[in-house]
Amino acid sequence: MTGTVISIDRVVKSFGTFTALHEVSFDIADNEFFTLLGPSGCGKTTLLRCIAGFEPVSGGQIRLNGKDIAPLPPYKRPVNTVFQHYALFPHMTVLENVMFGLQRLGWSAMDAQGRARQALELVHLSEFLKRRPAQLSGGQQQRVALARALAPEPRVLLLDEPLSALDLKLRQAVRMELKQIQRETGIAFVFVTHDQEEALTMSDRIAVMSNGHVQQIGTPREIYETPANRFVADFIGETNLIEVPVLGISGGLAEVSLPGGRRVHCPTRLVDGKQGVLSVRPERIDLCPAAEADMIVTAGEQVYLGTDIQLKAHLAGGQEVTVRLQNAAATVLPERGTELGLKLETGAARLLAA
Amino acid sequence: MKQLDLRRFPGFFAITLACVFVLYAPLMVVAVYSFNESTSITRWGGFSLSWYADVFTGPESPKFQRAALNSLIIAVLAGSGATLIATSAAVAMHRAGRFKAKTASFALINLPLMVPEVVTAVASLIFFTAIGFSGGIGTILLAHLAFCIPFAYLPIAARMQSISDSYEQAAMDLYATPKEAFRLILLPLMMPGIFSGFLLAFIISLDDFLITNFVKGAGVETLPTAIFGAVKQGIKPNIMAISTLMLGVSVVFVTLSWLIGRSGQKTQ
Repeated sequence: MTGTVISIDRVVKSFGTFTALHEVSFDIADNEFFTLLGPSGCGKTTLLRCIAGFEPVSGGQIRLNGKDIAPLPPYKRPVNTVFQHYALFPHMTVLENVMFGLQRLGWSAMDAQGRARQALELVHLSEFLKRRPAQLSGGQQQRVALARALAPEPRVLLLDEPLSALDLKLRQAVRMELKQIQRETGIAFVFVTHDQEEALTMSDRIAVMSNGHVQQIGTPREIYETPANRFVADFIGETNLIEVPVLGISGGLAEVSLPGGRRVHCPTRLVDGKQGVLSVRPERIDLCPAAEADMIVTAGEQVYLGTDIQLKAHLAGGQEVTVRLQNAAATVLPERGTELGLKLETGAARLLAA
Repeated sequence: MKQLDLRRFPGFFAITLACVFVLYAPLMVVAVYSFNESTSITRWGGFSLSWYADVFTGPESPKFQRAALNSLIIAVLAGSGATLIATSAAVAMHRAGRFKAKTASFALINLPLMVPEVVTAVASLIFFTAIGFSGGIGTILLAHLAFCIPFAYLPIAARMQSISDSYEQAAMDLYATPKEAFRLILLPLMMPGIFSGFLLAFIISLDDFLITNFVKGAGVETLPTAIFGAVKQGIKPNIMAISTLMLGVSVVFVTLSWLIGRSGQKTQ
C-alpha cells in the first residue's frame, strides 16, 4: 500500500515581480522516484529549494504526511538534500560528514557512527571513512553526499542535479545505482535534472516543467509517447512537429489532412479545433514506395549515429522531417535529392494544440 | 597577441635594484650595526651580542621591558577585539544578503586604511579629550582597537568570499540550527582567515607609533614610543638591537599570517 508522502499544493514563489512558480500542484507517493525535468530557469530547482526550506514559499502548502511544512525552517523538516556540488564539509572526515545529521538529531556518537557506517556501506565507500572530501574523486564525493543525506532516513530525499558534475561513463553507472538504492531504502526521491535521458531511465514518474508551470506529469512512457502539449513533445526526445488542418475530432481520435492531402486518424486529447500540430517521433516513420506513402519528401542530409542513421528530408513546402532508420545490414539509404515515400506507423502521430 | 613581459623593459633590473635598496638598505644597516661591538653607531668595531644583552639586563632594561609588556597587552587585546568585530562584519557583509548601505558599510569598514594616520591620531586625541578620558593604556587600547579593524577585516573577508553558503545550507538541511551551522561549519571554515586577520591586527597594533604617541598621555609608554623617547637623547646601539628584534617579530608574524591565509585557501 503506497500513500502520498508529500503534497505540493498550489505553491507559488515570486522573486520581486518575477514569478518562478505558478500554483504548482502534485502529489508524490511513498517509495516513488519522482523527477522534476525542465530546461534551466523553469523553476525546478526553486521548487526543490522550497521543499527543502531554503526558499520561503509565497503561497500554497507543502504537506508532508498531511502536515504543512512550508512554515518550518529547513532544520525542522524530515527531508534531506544531495546538493549539486555536494557541499561536503571540507574540515571533516567522510565518517564525520555522514554522522553530522544524526548527531544534530541527538543520536549518541556511538549509534551515529554505527548508522553512518551502514549508510556508507550502502554506497560502497566503507574503506574511506577517515579521508577528507578533498582526497576523494568526484564520484566518491557524490556517494558520500548521498550517504550523508540518507543516514537520517528522511521521508523524502531531494537531489539537485547530483550527476551533472560527473563524467558521462560514471553518470550512466551511477544512474542505475541510484535507482537501486532508492528501491532498497524505500525513501521517496525527488530528483531535479535538465537531462531527459536521466529522467527517462530512472524515474517512476516525471513532472515536466517550463516557465514555472508543470506541463505534464506521467510515467516516462506516457511523457514520451503521449505528450500533453507541444512543449513536452519537443523537449522530451526528438520529434517532428507538423502543422495540419483538423477535419474532425470525436472520441479522442482526430482526422487530419497531412501535407500532400492524405487523410489520417490519430489520437489526441483535444476536443475541437480547426488547426493542430502533429507530433511524430523520427523512429516511428518508415520509408515506403510512393504509392503507399502518407507523405512525399525529398531526401536531404544523412547523419551517421552508430546504432541509427538520421535522415533529414523536406516536404514540398520546405518543412524539414527527420527520420531515424536502424542501422541494419539491409538498410538502403536514399541518395540526396531523390523523392521518398514516408509511412507513419499506426498510432505514431499525435495531434496537439497548435 | 604577444605577451607583455615586464622583465624585458629597458632598465627593469636597475629600477628593481634601486627600489629594493631604498626600501631595505636602512633596515640592513640597523640590523648589522645592532651586532656592533663598539658604542659608535657608525664605526664597526667587531661582532658582538652585547647590545642584545644590554636590552635585557642593562640600566634601561626595566623601562623597555615595561613598555614591551604594555605593547604586548595592548596588541593582544586590540587584536582580539578588532578580530571579533571584523569577523562579525565579514559574516554580515557576506551572509546578510543585499541590504541598504552595504557599499557604504564596506567603505566605512575600510576607510581607516585611506585616512592619513596623523588625522586619525589628532581626531582620537580630540575625541578622548572631549569625552574626558585621560591618556593611558585605556585610550591607547581603544584607539588601536578602532584602527586595527580594517586590517583584521581584509583577510577574513577574503576567506569568507571563498566559502559557499551551500555548506551552511547543507548543515541546516541536516538538522543543525543556525547557531550550530555557524559554530560547527562556518566558523571552522573561516578560521584560517580569522587567525590571519588576528596576526595582522596584532602586528599593526604592536608597531604603531603615531596614534599611540598622540593618545598615550604622560608616563605610559609602548615599545615604539619608548624607542622614540630614547632616540631623542641620542642613538645608542641598544636601540638598534631593540629595533632589530621588533623587525624580526614583525616579519615572523606577517609571514605567518600570509602562510595561514594561503594554506586555508588551498584546502578549498
